[in-house]
Amino acid sequence: MQWQTVCKQEDLIPDVGVAAIFEEQQVAIFYLPKTEQKVFALGNWDPCSKANVLSRGLLGNLGNKLVVASPLYKQHFDLQTGQCLEENVSVPCWAARLVDGKVELASHENREC
Amino acid sequence: MTQTQQHKPQLVVVGNGMVGHHFIEECLTHSGHEHYQITVIGAEANLAYDRVHLSDYFNGKSAAELAFTNGTLYNRNGIQYRTSTKVVSLNPDAHTVTLDSGENLRYDKLVLATGSYPFVPPITGHDRKNTFVYRTLEDLDAIKACAETAKTGTVVGGGLLGLEAANALKNLGLETSVVEFAPRLMPVQLDEAGGAQLKSMIESLGVRVYTATATQKIIDGDNAVHRMVFANQEGKEQDSYLETDLILFSAGIRPYDQLARESGLEVGDRGGITINNHCLTSHPDIYAIGECALWQGRIYGLVAPGYSMAKAAVAHLFSTGGNAFTGADMSTKLKLLGCDVGSIGDAHATTAGAKTFFYQDDIAGCYRKIVVSADAKKLLGAVLVGDNSQYDTLLQYYLNGIDLPEQPESLILPTTSESPALGVDALPASASICSCLNVTKGDISTAVANGALSVADVKSATKASTGCGGCAALLKKVVDNELLALGVEVSTDVCEHFAYTRQALYDLIKIGEIKTFDELISKHGRGYGCMVCRPLVGSMLASIWNEYVLAEPHVSLQDTNDRYLANMQKDGTYSVVPRIPGGEITPEKLIVIGEVAKKYHLYTKITGGQRIDLFGARQEQLPAIWQTLIEAGFETGQAYGKSVRTVKSCVGSTWCRFGVNDSMKMAIDIENRYKGLRAPHKLKFAVSGCTRECAEAQSKDIGVIATEGGWNLYVCGNGGMKPRHADLFATDLDDKTLIQYIDRILMFYVKTADRLQRTSVWMDNLEGGLAYLKAVVIHDKLGLAQELEAQMAHLVDTFQCEWKTTLQDPQKLKAFKPFVNDDRSDNNIIFVEERDQIRPATEQEKHTLLVNS
Repeated sequence: MQWQTVCKQEDLIPDVGVAAIFEEQQVAIFYLPKTEQKVFALGNWDPCSKANVLSRGLLGNLGNKLVVASPLYKQHFDLQTGQCLEENVSVPCWAARLVDGKVELASHENREC
Repeated sequence: MTQTQQHKPQLVVVGNGMVGHHFIEECLTHSGHEHYQITVIGAEANLAYDRVHLSDYFNGKSAAELAFTNGTLYNRNGIQYRTSTKVVSLNPDAHTVTLDSGENLRYDKLVLATGSYPFVPPITGHDRKNTFVYRTLEDLDAIKACAETAKTGTVVGGGLLGLEAANALKNLGLETSVVEFAPRLMPVQLDEAGGAQLKSMIESLGVRVYTATATQKIIDGDNAVHRMVFANQEGKEQDSYLETDLILFSAGIRPYDQLARESGLEVGDRGGITINNHCLTSHPDIYAIGECALWQGRIYGLVAPGYSMAKAAVAHLFSTGGNAFTGADMSTKLKLLGCDVGSIGDAHATTAGAKTFFYQDDIAGCYRKIVVSADAKKLLGAVLVGDNSQYDTLLQYYLNGIDLPEQPESLILPTTSESPALGVDALPASASICSCLNVTKGDISTAVANGALSVADVKSATKASTGCGGCAALLKKVVDNELLALGVEVSTDVCEHFAYTRQALYDLIKIGEIKTFDELISKHGRGYGCMVCRPLVGSMLASIWNEYVLAEPHVSLQDTNDRYLANMQKDGTYSVVPRIPGGEITPEKLIVIGEVAKKYHLYTKITGGQRIDLFGARQEQLPAIWQTLIEAGFETGQAYGKSVRTVKSCVGSTWCRFGVNDSMKMAIDIENRYKGLRAPHKLKFAVSGCTRECAEAQSKDIGVIATEGGWNLYVCGNGGMKPRHADLFATDLDDKTLIQYIDRILMFYVKTADRLQRTSVWMDNLEGGLAYLKAVVIHDKLGLAQELEAQMAHLVDTFQCEWKTTLQDPQKLKAFKPFVNDDRSDNNIIFVEERDQIRPATEQEKHTLLVNS
């Protein structure tokens, strides 16, 4: 797996998303410090509203799934898989981790989810 | 006409009112239209409509909305119908009816559902112009037309319909009076004390009430169209006449029994077509149902007994095995001019040995009486005025003969935790829940067992609560109870993370002095939170502690609008709304808004709340836009929050020649006091400077209207998806009391409402509704007033302009950068021009633009 740094840990806000550009794509990065994995990355493009807004959605869990809710029409997307819970669409998903104060994503070709 | 139809026997229904229509519906339910060719004849131009809600026609409901059918139901089932057609004679021996066109119709079976007509007392001058009755849509059209030029209106008759008509006249803007011959209002349903209570409540709303007053003649008035000259009554001091522009007679009904009378059918001495328990008249092929029918010497002037008769007639005609008609309960519950009135059973305690209990509260304005059997075991009747919250319970005791509690008076005394509650599970299956459509608790159980798992489903399966709608609250309780019994969980929890209601969480936060979401969820919840509980808790923390919403522990609770302090639009850009209190703005500030809009190329629109919305701002532009606005003296408009939005206003007495008070100043003061208050739902206010009501205060959560004596306060109105008129809460308040009441109402709402519950729904769900809210706010029934005011004072003192705070914090400003690792901006935001301003490009346009570039 090819890990690449996308931004610094200090760019993140607990329990909130930020947007970044990774390999010329808009990525939404979510920092959930109370979870084991801590950082998650999905495409920022919301296929339901056709706007780059997922980084600005609210975070939480529904049952055992960690999710972000689109701020426009409120569909939920699974942070682990990018699958939309209400509709049959999904968004790209990257493996993400925190290393030495840096946020790293596994490049698109090798993503695991 | 096809062969088969010609060979079918003919069933003719004369009359297409509510009962006539219900008869057809019942026929269809039992496939009666397959055995008979059914023909309906109606005298009115409209097919059957909801006469019970006739007054809604004045409140904006159209004839189409009141209609039960536009003919489709009839056409689809091969039922022939004629409107604007009268039956002029009936020949029982020949089995024919003659229409006003001269045509004869043959029938095998005939149903008379001709209804009744309003009784107009034969006073000299009763047929002058500008005199009306209140029965049909045509009547209402004529009244409306007349009210446009009339200033005053008078209803003759202070019964149920008369008061309803008075309400309509008042809503049409007329100065309204009611003249009743009997010594009290609603003489049939109310006793003396109840009538007096109702009179004083109605008078406090500005309607003049004359009781024990007979009109002798109506002549030309000096200052109005009519003068009603009252009969002299010795020893009684009162006006000897009343001048009025419009007179509406509502002095009872008389059955339309002329056809029956002239054709030799048996009729009562005082009118009404005599029927038996099957609703058959004295002729075996003719039925009579509804208000034209006389059963055991009684005429029933309500819709529910009429529906029962329709059912009984259908049961007999088609041998469906349904019940015969054996009388009906005449208990009624209604809201007249905003006052609750209820009457059950033997309201006048005429049963031998009956005992009564009564409770009267002149401060809250309510009167309650129960009539019990000699052994105090059974409820025989009741009278309620001013507060109907006990009606449903009392009615169930009455209808089902349930044994009264040891101390029957506890049923009407003010509620305490010890008050016995009659749970719906105590009701027998035969208990009638919806008396209009005759739906029992058993019917509801069956519907739920058959898969109707919500109130809406049960309504469509059983038709319960689709008549007058008075049983809606009871229906919900029964449905919830049935679901519970089936093991279906009826959860009032806010979400999977907190097993509490909003109000319980509010108390936990307040009493436990909990300041953050993390603390709350670790102490009282589970999991990570979600899109429901996070903003909910964020809102409650703001309502209670009022900390900066973007402070570190709160930022993850804010919906995107609150997080970026602007309103997200469909393309991910934001709109910006600076506060313009009361809609008053200097030219200098107006120019600044224009300059900002021009500089950032924003789409500009005036809002319904008298301010200006600037659309199309990218998130990274927001801080700079606000820097300019704040330097010019603007504050955030909090258009992004579930919070106090705007206080709409007219210019008031400073400029307007009609204004009676300075509504402009009051609006600005109110907006500045409550700005930013976070609540369960958005809140909109308005202040009007006179009763012309240019600010439309009666459609707002809080509406204030200037009067000669101060301010009238209206509460819990709204526009939007389900518009609702605000209710008059208090009259002629001084400035200080006005603010005090608004403080208390708002904080009580914030404290007790459900998530996303508007004030109207909140109030309707309070046990006791408006009367209860008045008791809490005006009379401090719960002893909460001081706490509510202190809480509001805290919020007012700790107000901050969230944009000002944000601009001072470089760390917060970083969050407005579109990308943490890149200085570009979102390349998917593309505008095109329309009517000289920008708008988001459609997908198609984006595609074309990208290809061309």
